[in-house]
Amino acid sequence: MELLEKTEEVRRELLKHFEEKIERGDAIEPRDKMPDAYRKHLIRQMSQHAHSEVIGMQPEGNWITRAPSLRAKQILLAKIQDEGGHGLYLYSAAETLGISRSEMIAQLHSGKAKYSNIFNYPALTWADVGAIGWLVDGAAIVNQVSLQRTSYGPYSRAMVRICKEESFHQRQGYEIMTTMMRGTKDQQEMAQDAMNRWWWPSLMMFGPHDSESPHSGDAVKWKIKRHSNDELRQKFIDKTVQQAQVIGLKIPDTDLKWNESKGGYDHGAIDWNEFYRVISGNGPCNKQRMEHHKKVHNEGAWVREAAEAYRMKQEKKLIHL
Amino acid sequence: MAVDSQLASWEVFMQSKPGANYIHAGGVHAADKNMALQNARDTYTRRGEGTSIWVVPTDAIVASNPDDNDMLFDPANDKVYRMPTFYTMPEGAKAI
Ligand SMILES: [Fe+2]
Ligand SMILES: [Fe+2]
Repeated sequence: MELLEKTEEVRRELLKHFEEKIERGDAIEPRDKMPDAYRKHLIRQMSQHAHSEVIGMQPEGNWITRAPSLRAKQILLAKIQDEGGHGLYLYSAAETLGISRSEMIAQLHSGKAKYSNIFNYPALTWADVGAIGWLVDGAAIVNQVSLQRTSYGPYSRAMVRICKEESFHQRQGYEIMTTMMRGTKDQQEMAQDAMNRWWWPSLMMFGPHDSESPHSGDAVKWKIKRHSNDELRQKFIDKTVQQAQVIGLKIPDTDLKWNESKGGYDHGAIDWNEFYRVISGNGPCNKQRMEHHKKVHNEGAWVREAAEAYRMKQEKKLIHL
Repeated sequence: MAVDSQLASWEVFMQSKPGANYIHAGGVHAADKNMALQNARDTYTRRGEGTSIWVVPTDAIVASNPDDNDMLFDPANDKVYRMPTFYTMPEGAKAI
């Protein structure tokens, strides 16, 4: 009994020390003592973030062989390669919390770990590639800029690196949309159709409204999360509406209007039933995304095996020299 | 050998320009040092971020324990004679 009281006292002391550090604005580094809940929250968020970067390569990858020009193909390849890199930065950063990459991938495959819901939608036309870069990467940037100041050092540093690369992603998407809006009537309609399909899922990327967000309490207190879902969503809407106007795209929200007093736009109701339907596995591409990831992962196993075998052979050679 | 091996973990350090310090960039996975170098190049310098790369096996890194910070990083305020301002120079002496 006495011992239990002692450990409880130690635990409280450690938590106090940790929270004072957060309060001062110090970054938390891998070897620092941290509450289990902090570590768990970060592992969940960072692995989900890493998986999103990797799964996000699929809808765009679908268009590499059908890009309308060599220039467009080169750009798309470079963009998708960046996303793979973002996944790797984030897996490495998450590993510093004591979870292995194999475990993270196993959790993705078992469904325990999630990835961003947005990638369960298909990229149906070339305009979708534009809409993904402009809207989906645009929304991701707003979130990632905020995360540059997250309290966990390795996560924050990965975000700084990622943000440097992201602005090209958004620009290339907006350029595609601009080109189509300056094109034929068919091309303009195709761009507007992509806008209509990607707008609402992009707003959903920021997650539930602050009033219903189940994970935000500790995340805000411990400065993992620096801005609320609704604050970030508002930021995204305000800058994107203007960009849409410049190229003549309509926002598919009849309730959207400028609110002078708050200096931002009010938007119509988000269909959260749709959000929960897709996130629970019933979106148009959930099955396809997961199956593709598993297939490629399993088909690549021989490459990793061969690399290990080669290393062992080289090491043996050294011993016999 | 496990089929789902993710290969060993390596830390990547990059020099941004000739003469600069090597700074930790992140990690990669690789079976051997050549692959680690190649993966570091593909992962961390797609935009001319570096002029040179070091890769080090993650388990070869020895890190200090945060519990020892008071002892290791004591500001040594009692040793002010380590600062140039501690010394009185004779009037008129130049360039010192
Ligand atoms: Fe990314
Ligand atoms: Fe991106």
